[in-house]
Amino acid sequence: MPTDPAILLEKVTKTFDQQNAVNDLSLEIGAGESVALLGHNGAGKTTLIKLILGLMRPDKGNIRILGEESTSRHRGKNAHGFLGYLPENIAFYNSMSGAETLAFFARLKHHPVSDCARILERVGLAEAAHKRVGHYSKGMRQRLGLAQALLGNPRILMLDEPTTGLDPELRNAFYDIVRELEDSGVTVILSSHALTELEAHTRKIAIMRKGQLIASGTIDDLRRRANLPVHIRLITRPGMGAACAEKIPDGIGCERINDHGLDLTLPSERKIDVLRHLSATVPELDDVDIRLPSLGDLYMHFQKESVVS
Amino acid sequence: MRELVIIAIKEFRDGIRNRWFLGATAALVLFSLSLTFLGSAPAGTVGVDQLAVTIVSLASLSVFLLPLMALLLSYDALVGEVERGTMLLLLTYPLSRSDIIIGKFLGQTLGLGLATVLGFGSAALVLVYGGIESANWMAFGVLIGSSVVLGAAFVALGLAISAMPRQRSAAAALAFGVWLCLVIVYDMALLGALVADGGEGISAPVFDVLLTVNPADAFRMINLSGFEDVRVAAGLVISDLEGIGNGFAPVLSLGMWVVVPLILAVVLFRRKQL
Repeated sequence: MPTDPAILLEKVTKTFDQQNAVNDLSLEIGAGESVALLGHNGAGKTTLIKLILGLMRPDKGNIRILGEESTSRHRGKNAHGFLGYLPENIAFYNSMSGAETLAFFARLKHHPVSDCARILERVGLAEAAHKRVGHYSKGMRQRLGLAQALLGNPRILMLDEPTTGLDPELRNAFYDIVRELEDSGVTVILSSHALTELEAHTRKIAIMRKGQLIASGTIDDLRRRANLPVHIRLITRPGMGAACAEKIPDGIGCERINDHGLDLTLPSERKIDVLRHLSATVPELDDVDIRLPSLGDLYMHFQKESVVS
Repeated sequence: MRELVIIAIKEFRDGIRNRWFLGATAALVLFSLSLTFLGSAPAGTVGVDQLAVTIVSLASLSVFLLPLMALLLSYDALVGEVERGTMLLLLTYPLSRSDIIIGKFLGQTLGLGLATVLGFGSAALVLVYGGIESANWMAFGVLIGSSVVLGAAFVALGLAISAMPRQRSAAAALAFGVWLCLVIVYDMALLGALVADGGEGISAPVFDVLLTVNPADAFRMINLSGFEDVRVAAGLVISDLEGIGNGFAPVLSLGMWVVVPLILAVVLFRRKQL
């Protein structure tokens, strides 16, 4: 499969009640690439995911999954087998146990039922496997949701806000699993609001607003494009803050926080220059703390930018 | 095909798991037994075949009870899963929407059918233990078979209802309305029309057709008019039944009531966007 991208959207539009939930959106995701989908509530993330899954038909445009036209998928059932999906608000049949639920879905995906115990173990549900799903906590349901998404060795995994309701330990375990899948060539699409988490765990980011893609790329790409200032905090020896402030080169914002602390704001391309300059000319310096624009900063930047334009 | 069977098995096991099956079977056994005991009281004196009396009683019971049970089972099958959110996930699996509907239809029909067989079968067992001799076991077989088909027809109708609205409550109202119209109001309206025009406007052939196209009446025709002893027990005279009602047409009609709503359910559900 060298030529076909895993997911290809061409000028896709989907309208609800005269509102474009997804508006003329084009997106290409290669095999083994993983993308985090960001956007406010109602930006069209879930609609986009449902379109890719074939739960909805686009009003305009084209969607190809693993090289296959989406309209034919509605009746046929080929590409579905390669898709794993974890919905935002996952619901199961409450009267079935976790193991029964997974076995049911495994049969539908032609996945050996004997393998289910291993998957339950992997998501940490081995002990609760025979409890009824109705008695599961939100986190346990979410884990069962991930378990069913892993069935059938999917080539594309769609995770809609997967970590809501998970405790920090589980989140890490969750991202470990996702990372493992990515490494084995699975395309992972993930939507989330937890920006700090995504910053640490994903490779490519796509930001949506009002049904359109306003920015996409790796976090470094986005940083370069946004060209947001870098913040550097300097800690000097006690009482030397003012002396230090005088030695800061021109064109750099400088704010004193106390008698031994300074906050610098500078364009990212001058970062190295300034650091060199500081280490050479300011012997009073005790510590330096560099803060690159976070994904949160970038997110807000692109959202604002798209409002202006 | 494989997917269809998986859904059917799950649906059947759901019925057992949530004790619907237990309740339905218990209700049908209870009704069948009480009707059998009540039915055996007059038989000895009049000389009517005891099994035939039981058949008439059971047929009259089935025609109200089975459609209601079938609709209660199936009206929720699609809209309920959509509302609870389980359908969304199911549809991302490699199976078609018609697999889901036909699978559910088979599973629910199997559950209801088995409950019917057990219920009516218990009545038959009691009669056999009572040592009755009867030439009408064939008619009893027809009763059980047609009751299962009647159940299937209303399961299919319930699924079509379930594919339509967005809310469960609307589906419930619609299901009850359909039951009321087809099983109760239809006959009363027909009777009313007959009385009103004194048999002038509605000729016998038209009347036959009107009876045959209703699933409940088709069921009655199959069971009450097919066998001599049963006719006697039901108080029918053969000359009442000379039109199309006395042949293959009611069976065909009942069969259509299974197939058409099922197709309708598939068409409606395919159009639905989630």
